[in-house]
Amino acid sequence: MSVETINISYCTFTLGDLHLGVPVTEIQEVIRAQVRTRVPLVSSVINGLINLRGELVTTVDLRARFGLPPIAAGTESMNVVVRRDDGAVSILVDEIRDVLDVAAADFEPVPSIFSGPCRDLMTGIYKLDGSLLLVLDIDKLLDVPAVHRDEVHS
Amino acid sequence: MDDNELDEVVNEFIVESHENLDDLDRALVLLEHDNDPNVVARIFRTIHTIKGTSGFLGFSTLESVSHVGENLLSKLRDRELMISTEITSGLLAMVDAIREILQTVSTSGDEAGLAYPALVERLTELAVAPTAGVEPEAAPAPATFTPLTEIAETTPDVGEVPKPQGEDRPPASETLRVDVSLLDDLMNLVGELVLARNQILQFVQPQGDPAFNATSQRLNLITTELQAGVMKTRMQPIENVWNKFPRVVRDLTINCGKQARLEMEGKHTELDKTLLEAIKDPLTHLVRNAVDHGLESPANRLASGKSTEGLVRLSAYHEGGQVIVEISDDGAGIDADKLRRKAIQKGLLTSEEAHSRSDREMLNVIFLPGFSTAEAVSNISGRGVGMDVVRTNIEGIGGSVEVQTVLGAGTTFRVKIPLTLAIVPALVVSVGQDRYAIPQVSLIELVRLDAHQSPEGATVIGGIEWVQGLPVHRLRGQLLPLVFLRDVFENDLYDGVIDSEPRESFNIVVVQADDHQFGLVVDDISDTAEIVVKPLGRLLKSADTFAGATIMGDGRVALILDVMGIANRIGITTSERRGSRAATGVDVTDVSGTWRRLLLFSLGDRHLGLPLEAVARLEEFSPADIEMSGHRAVVQYRGEIMHLIDLGDELGMPSSRVEGQPMQVVVYTDANSSVGLVVDQIFDIVEEHLDVTETADSHGIAGTAVIHGQVTDVIAVKQILRSAVPAIFATASEVAA
Repeated sequence: MSVETINISYCTFTLGDLHLGVPVTEIQEVIRAQVRTRVPLVSSVINGLINLRGELVTTVDLRARFGLPPIAAGTESMNVVVRRDDGAVSILVDEIRDVLDVAAADFEPVPSIFSGPCRDLMTGIYKLDGSLLLVLDIDKLLDVPAVHRDEVHS
Repeated sequence: MDDNELDEVVNEFIVESHENLDDLDRALVLLEHDNDPNVVARIFRTIHTIKGTSGFLGFSTLESVSHVGENLLSKLRDRELMISTEITSGLLAMVDAIREILQTVSTSGDEAGLAYPALVERLTELAVAPTAGVEPEAAPAPATFTPLTEIAETTPDVGEVPKPQGEDRPPASETLRVDVSLLDDLMNLVGELVLARNQILQFVQPQGDPAFNATSQRLNLITTELQAGVMKTRMQPIENVWNKFPRVVRDLTINCGKQARLEMEGKHTELDKTLLEAIKDPLTHLVRNAVDHGLESPANRLASGKSTEGLVRLSAYHEGGQVIVEISDDGAGIDADKLRRKAIQKGLLTSEEAHSRSDREMLNVIFLPGFSTAEAVSNISGRGVGMDVVRTNIEGIGGSVEVQTVLGAGTTFRVKIPLTLAIVPALVVSVGQDRYAIPQVSLIELVRLDAHQSPEGATVIGGIEWVQGLPVHRLRGQLLPLVFLRDVFENDLYDGVIDSEPRESFNIVVVQADDHQFGLVVDDISDTAEIVVKPLGRLLKSADTFAGATIMGDGRVALILDVMGIANRIGITTSERRGSRAATGVDVTDVSGTWRRLLLFSLGDRHLGLPLEAVARLEEFSPADIEMSGHRAVVQYRGEIMHLIDLGDELGMPSSRVEGQPMQVVVYTDANSSVGLVVDQIFDIVEEHLDVTETADSHGIAGTAVIHGQVTDVIAVKQILRSAVPAIFATASEVAA
C-alpha cells in the first residue's frame, strides 16, 4: 500500500472562525453542554468539572486557551471528550462539524504565517477545498501553566 | 509444571517470605532481650522454610545465605551459642540480604548475580566462635521445635470426629489472600453505588409509590452495609507498620550510643491500608527522631536523674472518627529558646518575630523546611529535611501533626489520621449558586449571627468586628478570624458581586486547620452528607484550596474544600485567637486531666457539661421520629438505627422536658456506632481552663466545676454508655479509650 492511500479521520469543530480537528482515535465521545461546576483559583483555561456518568471530567476552555473572548451569551459550548492516560478531559468548542477523512500525505507543518497560541497548539494543517483544517496538539493544549486566574488578569 | 504455575509458586513464596521476614525482624530484637526458646524455634522454622523452598526453586544464593543463617540458628536453638549483639546484628543483616534477594527475584525473576560472600563468612564465623563461659546445655529441642511429621502422625487419632463426606480434605482456610487492586476496584464501585444511592434517594417522596420507597430504603441499607463491609476489608492493624520499629530503634540506639526501650500500645488499632502505607515513612521518621533527637545520651540521662535507658512510646487509638497515633519520648524535650536562636541563625525568622512568638508557637518552627536542631549532621538526622516532609505527607492524607513538649521530661508528637479517604461525612454549604463540601473532620461548630445580635460598640455588623481591617467574631470571649468564602473565590467567580446589601444573618462554619481556628462565612448551610471523594484530575493539581470533588445527589459536581489550603492562602498563621489565649496565661501545653472544651446543657434545674471530644453532632428530633426497638427508644439516623438514651434517667435527675416538644440530642460517635443522648436544653460551648473536683461517688459524673458562676457537673460519657447500652459500648469504648 502506498503512502498516498492512507486516510486519517478527523473529528472537526469550530472555534470562532477557526476550523479545528482532532484524530477520531483520540476521542472518546462528543456530548452537548453539561452542567459545569466552576473551579475557582485555578487557570481560567481549566474552568470546570462535569459529571460524565459518575466520572469527574475536567473541562478545558479552548477559547480561553486561544485567547479568544468567551462564547456569545445564549450559545452553549460543546464537549469534545478526549481520553488520556490519566483520565478523560473535555474540550469546550463552539460547534461540532463533520468527521473528515483526509489523506495522510496532505499533512503539512504549520505555516509561518500563524503566530501565537495557534502556532503553538497545532501539530500541522490540511489544505481542504475552501478551508484550512488545523490539527490540534492535545498534549500541548493540556499543558496549561499552573497560574491563578487573578494573576492572568493583572 | 509449566511456566505459569512456576511463576505462581515463586510469587507465593515471595509474598509469604516477605511477611515472615517482617515478623523476623521483631522476633530477633525480642530475642536479644529475652532468650526465649520458642522464639528461637520460630525464627529457625522461618529460615528453614525459606532455605528449603529456595533450594527447590533453584535460588542458590538465597539458599546459601539462609543455610549459614540456619546453621547459626540451630546452634542458638541447641544452646551451643548464646545470643549476643553481634549475632543479632549478623542475623538481621541476613534478613536484609534475604529481603534484597527476594526483591530482585520479584522484579527480575532471578537472583541476577547477587552474592553475599562477606555475610556468609561472617555468619559462619559467628557459628563457630564459642561464646566464652557458656556451657553447652543439653538440647531440649523436641520441646521447642515440633517437627511437622509428628503432628501428621497424631492427626488420625481424632478420627472419631465426623468428617465431611468423600475424601480427606484439608481444613478449609479461614483467610484468603486478595490482591489490593481488586479491593481498590471494589471500593471504587461501592463509591459509585453510594452516589447512585444518593441520587435515587432524591426521588423518594413521602407520598410517593410505597413500593419504590420501600425498595429505596432497602437499597439504602444494603449500600451502607456494603460500604462498611468493603471498608473493613481494607482495614489493617497499625501493627503492620509498627512491626519494623523495634528493629529501627535497636539499630539506631547502637549507632548513636544510646539505650532505649520501645513500648507500643493499641497496636490493633485499624486503619485503611492506603493510609497505612502513607503514614509508614512519616512515622518511621518520627520514631527515629525520638531516639536521635529526643533521647539524651546515657550519661546525660544519669546526670538529670533518669535511668540510662530512654523510653520511646507509641500509642494508637480512635477518637472522634479519627485515628490518633502518638510518638512520645522521655527525653530532654524541645527548648523553645534554642529553637529561637536556631531560627534566627538560619534566617527563617527575624529576631523580633522569634521573640514575639510564644514557646508553643515556636515549636512549630521544627516543621519549616530547612530546620534542624541537631548540632552536628549525622547519618541519621540533622540534615534539616524531614519534619517538613513528615508534615506535608500527613497533611496530604487529610491528617495533621502537632507537637507537645515539656522541657526535661520529653516530647510527644500527635498524629491525627482520618479512618478512610474514600467516603467521608461532610457538611454541604453554598456560596451563590455553588455548593462546596467541608469534610467533617475539619469542622468545629456552626455559628449563626443574626443582625439583632450586634452588641453596642463601634463598627459592628451583626456580631462582626474589624481588627486591623480584618473581620473577626467574638466567640465566647475569643477572637475568631473570619474568612468570607465569597471573597476568597470572588476574583474568579463572583466578579465583584460582593454581597453589599446588608444581610440579616451570617452563617459561620468554624473550622480547624492545624491549631488555627477560623470561621468560614458562607451564604447557606444545607446539610450533612456522606460524600465520595474523587481526586481532581492532573490539570487541577494546582487547586490547593480543594481536596477533591464529589458528585452530589442531583448529579452535579461539588468541590471539597481543603481547609488547610484555604488557611494557607489567606495567611492565617498566628491567629489572634491563640494570641489572646496565651495572654490569659493559660498553659496550652498542659492537657493533663483538664478538659478545655465543654458542651453545656441542662437537665431540669441542673447544669451539666460534656467534653466536646465526645460530641459528634447536635440534633433535634421531633417525637414523631422516635420509634421503639424492644424497650428502647431509637431513631433512624444517617441510614442506621441509633439508640437514644435519656440522660436524665441514667443520671437520676428529673427532666423538665415537655412531652411532644422536639428533643435536643447530643450524638456521641465512636469507631463503631453512634448513640444519642437526650438532654433538656443545650446552652453553649465553653473553652477554658477547668478546675474539676473529683466526685467519684456519683454515677456518671466525672467531676464538678464552676462555669459562668454555675456549679456544673461534668459527665463521664463512657461510663454512662457502658452501663446504659453495654451491648454496644462495653468493648467499643475500650477501643476508643
